[in-house]
Amino acid sequence: MITLCRSTSLRSLLLPALLATLALVGTGCKKATRVAQGNKDQIFHYGNGGEPSDLDPQNVQGVPEHHIIKALFEGLVTMHPKDLSAQPGVAERWEVSPDGKTFTFTLRANARWSDGQPVTADDFVQSYERILNPKFAAPYAENLYLMVGAEEYNKGKLTDFTQVGVKAPEKRKLQITLRAPAPFFIGMLRHYSWFPVPMGTVTKFGKKYDKGNPWTRPENIVSNGPFTLKEWKPNDKIVVQKNPRYWDENSVQLKEIHFYPIDSTDTEELAFRAGELHATNKVPASKTDAYKQAGTTLRIEPYYGVYYYRVNMDPQKGSNPALKKAEVRRALALSIDREAIVKNVLRGGELAAWSFVPPGPGGYQTRDKLKYDPEGARKLLADAGYPGGKGVPKISILINTAEDHKAVAEAVQAMWKKELGIEVEINNQEWKVYLAAQNNMDYMVSRSGWIADYPDPNSFLGIHTTGNGNNNTGFASPKFDKLVVDSWSAGASGKRTGMLQEAEGLLLADMPVVPIYFYTRRYLIQSSVKGWFANMLDDHPWKYIYLDPAAPPDRLPVLGTAR
Amino acid sequence: MPLVAEETQPPPEPFEAPPILDVASHEGEAGHSLWQDAWARLRRNRLAVICGGFLIAIAVLCFVGPLFTQDPNAQELSRYITAPTWEHWMGTDTHGRDLFARVLAGGRVSLMVGLCATVVSLVIGVLYGTVAGYLGGKVDAVMMRFVDAVYAMPFIIFVILLMVLFGRNFLLLFVALGAVEWLTMARIVRGQVMALRRTEFIEAADALGLPKSRIIFRHLIPNTLGPVIVFTTLTIPAIMLQEAFLSFLGLGVPPPDASWGTLINEGAKSMEEYPWLLLFPGLALAVTLFSLNFLGDGLRDALDPRASKD
Amino acid sequence: MLKFIASRLVQTVGVVWLVATLTFVLVRFAPGSPFDQERNVSPEIKANMEKRYGLDQPVWKQYVNYFGPLIAHGDFGPSFKYSNRTVTEIIGDALPISFEMGFWALLVALTLGVGAGVLASLRRNTALDWLPMSLSLVGISVPIFVVGPLLIVTFSIHLGWFNVNGWNEPADRVLPSLTLGFYYAAYFARLTRGGMLEVLSQDFIRTARAKGASEGRVVLRHALRGGVLPVVSFLGPALAGIVTGSFTIETIFHIPGLGRYFIQAALNRDYTLVMGTVILFASLIGLLNLLADVLLAWLNPRVKLD
Repeated sequence: MITLCRSTSLRSLLLPALLATLALVGTGCKKATRVAQGNKDQIFHYGNGGEPSDLDPQNVQGVPEHHIIKALFEGLVTMHPKDLSAQPGVAERWEVSPDGKTFTFTLRANARWSDGQPVTADDFVQSYERILNPKFAAPYAENLYLMVGAEEYNKGKLTDFTQVGVKAPEKRKLQITLRAPAPFFIGMLRHYSWFPVPMGTVTKFGKKYDKGNPWTRPENIVSNGPFTLKEWKPNDKIVVQKNPRYWDENSVQLKEIHFYPIDSTDTEELAFRAGELHATNKVPASKTDAYKQAGTTLRIEPYYGVYYYRVNMDPQKGSNPALKKAEVRRALALSIDREAIVKNVLRGGELAAWSFVPPGPGGYQTRDKLKYDPEGARKLLADAGYPGGKGVPKISILINTAEDHKAVAEAVQAMWKKELGIEVEINNQEWKVYLAAQNNMDYMVSRSGWIADYPDPNSFLGIHTTGNGNNNTGFASPKFDKLVVDSWSAGASGKRTGMLQEAEGLLLADMPVVPIYFYTRRYLIQSSVKGWFANMLDDHPWKYIYLDPAAPPDRLPVLGTAR
Repeated sequence: MPLVAEETQPPPEPFEAPPILDVASHEGEAGHSLWQDAWARLRRNRLAVICGGFLIAIAVLCFVGPLFTQDPNAQELSRYITAPTWEHWMGTDTHGRDLFARVLAGGRVSLMVGLCATVVSLVIGVLYGTVAGYLGGKVDAVMMRFVDAVYAMPFIIFVILLMVLFGRNFLLLFVALGAVEWLTMARIVRGQVMALRRTEFIEAADALGLPKSRIIFRHLIPNTLGPVIVFTTLTIPAIMLQEAFLSFLGLGVPPPDASWGTLINEGAKSMEEYPWLLLFPGLALAVTLFSLNFLGDGLRDALDPRASKD
Repeated sequence: MLKFIASRLVQTVGVVWLVATLTFVLVRFAPGSPFDQERNVSPEIKANMEKRYGLDQPVWKQYVNYFGPLIAHGDFGPSFKYSNRTVTEIIGDALPISFEMGFWALLVALTLGVGAGVLASLRRNTALDWLPMSLSLVGISVPIFVVGPLLIVTFSIHLGWFNVNGWNEPADRVLPSLTLGFYYAAYFARLTRGGMLEVLSQDFIRTARAKGASEGRVVLRHALRGGVLPVVSFLGPALAGIVTGSFTIETIFHIPGLGRYFIQAALNRDYTLVMGTVILFASLIGLLNLLADVLLAWLNPRVKLD
């Protein structure tokens, strides 16, 4: 038996030790937050959403990479932060040939790399050669296919790069020739796949076409954007600092941007609430109400993207015969109460999608919109030979495991069951299994999303052409294909809009894709952040952003204790 | 197994192990078995009895209850997350589904998974660990390196491939969970047996040439029950929460069905705003665990051959 | 003893090779490739990428291409996903962080866990038994993804004592290490108590007590040795789990440790990184189980290592 005295002595030791630890830890109580300090020093703390796989603009394909790369590099043109119109970047001006196919860019004399070398037209030519070279195998090479010969060169059918439509007639003149006078070409140039890379640096640290080339490390990298890379601690943070050699250096006000690659939206929100981030990448759906009530930090903005269900209508690979009938697919589309999903399930200000192309820049409007019509849906189903849903084999909805996808699928499952009498199961899979199933056409209905690369309806309709890598539904309509390709040459006219409307009409009549909702961007941002504007592409050029040290601290929700 | 070699030895004398350590000896002497003894002792432990009753009540509630509650999957989208009321005792979830009904229905899955996977891990782990620890030497080395190898395999890839091979199948869930959970059990049992192997009574049994199977089942396994029961009660909640991870990989309960694991996972996402979404399924799991644990404690005491001497 | 250790090391190499080979083959049969993305690339580009990484070759040839440089000069190759970093670098950066967190967590787990377990077993069925044991049950039934955010909300947001995320200041170690430590402490506490109860009722303890040995001596010299056996057996896998980091904790606290790579590498089908992490883990399991076995023999002279 332990004596009483002994156990008390143990206890009398433990308590002071505990208190001492707490006191030691508690001395740094409530210091100035990282955000407040950042406001004073013009240091922006940003939740980046994920770790970039690389910072080589030609070797990446994600959004987290985009946030950082657009701070480090600059292309020929940039975007106006509000209306997304093209602004001069490395090119100070450009001329278009009368047929609309040849663009001649004049590069500015004071555009230079961070090592002091000027950015030349030849840098662009060499960069485009690298991204298109099949040996390099760039994931986003397809973005340049609008250039004459680019596709052939990338696929190895053309080996002479001089035949590709990009030339450097002078040191400061770059000439790009297109296959068609596409009106969205200048808009495409905002994308990092069109950015130049410093070829001298690339070849200095490795082989030109090597993927593991260490030229993008902080100690090696040379860039031409408003910021340069200062520090890269994987999965911890990435720091960029103002580039004193940037041509428009005077308008850059931030001294540093710290990117935190936080995967979890919950962690991001906690960090924001603790004053560690100026802006988050996302906000958890369950927290939106609390932030709405608390004050001004929540932003909900329309985003140029659509959330939809692919339907496998492929005559060979489709495993559900009912889904091969257009009537059935339309019935599925008409029986989804999108307003209820948007309002009650998603609750983040998303818009119900009654068309595939979101309302967006250029004033494009869909002509033949869908509607919520369960009565009509039942009739269509009966016409197709399945009255009351009888005889329709069980439909399986493929989703990748995530809260939102599951929530939408559960709602749709209940609606199809209730309105059409169709049995539905939800098949949730891990990300890569889901992608493989979708790419191999091994699904019946599959959750999908599409975000535009450039502000034009073509970004949405182009993917449904026959054989497009992102079609994946078995939809193949020569008429649709012709309309899309012809619209490239129609100029920015009412005629072009008409062609696109007709094409979208064909798509919605055949319904290989059932649109559900249009995305919104939902994130948190401190009100001390200035020069950050809402736009459809969620593109906020860093050089216009600054921090207001005089801004009063934001009111944040007091969660947990409030209830 | 070198059991065959043993049989060529002369038949053993009837062996009475020291009564203090050998549970099997109770059998002969008093005319009632170890299990009857243990049962009697267990019944005298009031806490264990209450907890056992409680567990049965939970099981009955989960398996029969959903017949009388609302449909756990009936949606009412306009009723997005409401606090508990008289109509919905535990409130409603994101799709306006009755949480009480979902917790009960989820309990079916979780209890079944927890029980089956635990039994699998218990049977394999205890047998495997005892054999390895008792036989020792090369047999032990081979058996334990196999455990190490399985333990080190990437679980995610294993589960994904299982699903590719066999499709989405509820039975696979037990296979996948059982396949990992027995490994640690085997290690723990082996450690105990290695220590027991050199005790006088096992050495005596060996010297007398008792068949190894008899030594294993009669003498070794009963003496490892203490840590085994403790670790089993630790395994059950681990398995129930693991199941949620398997649901993430697509194995596990298909939506819209739920389990305690998936309910807890979802509830945790909004625990600050809507704590009851986490609280109720969490409580269900915790209460089950507490009962299991006190029952396990009682069971351990009841099965402990030395306990009666106190 | 030395012979035993040497032979075990050889066995461990065999196990690691076996696990590595199996993983190498299995991961290639799992659906989805490292290059599958939501935005699909054309088949030609995908073929180019596969060629770039040698994935167009038969598996046996890929096997030779992978294990050749690995055995020759320990080269684990570049990561598929994080293309400008090698697997060696990724693990080299993350492992020390996980090791450090594991060290603190283990400290917490062993002191709290074993301490509470011993105390509870000595004061059976008193408040000193009920309280820590109930707490340990709470520790087991409340998952880490609940404990972590609760600690953050309390100590980082309401009290403002710690940063929410990162691994830079010394104070950043506190919450994640505690979260991980508590979890294992709960396991250790229950296992210790179980083991101790087993030992305390045995004759030699009674004898020691009857001879008038002080309670402290009885517990420390005699009972604890046998009582912690289950903990020691559990220590091998537990340690391997602790020092290779925890996916959940590293995600919640945004720590650049190794735990996230274990999960992410498999989910991304980052073949080389999967191999790197698996080889590391298999080696650790082998070594730590060896350590546990040696410890087992040292604590209990009856256990013979052969």
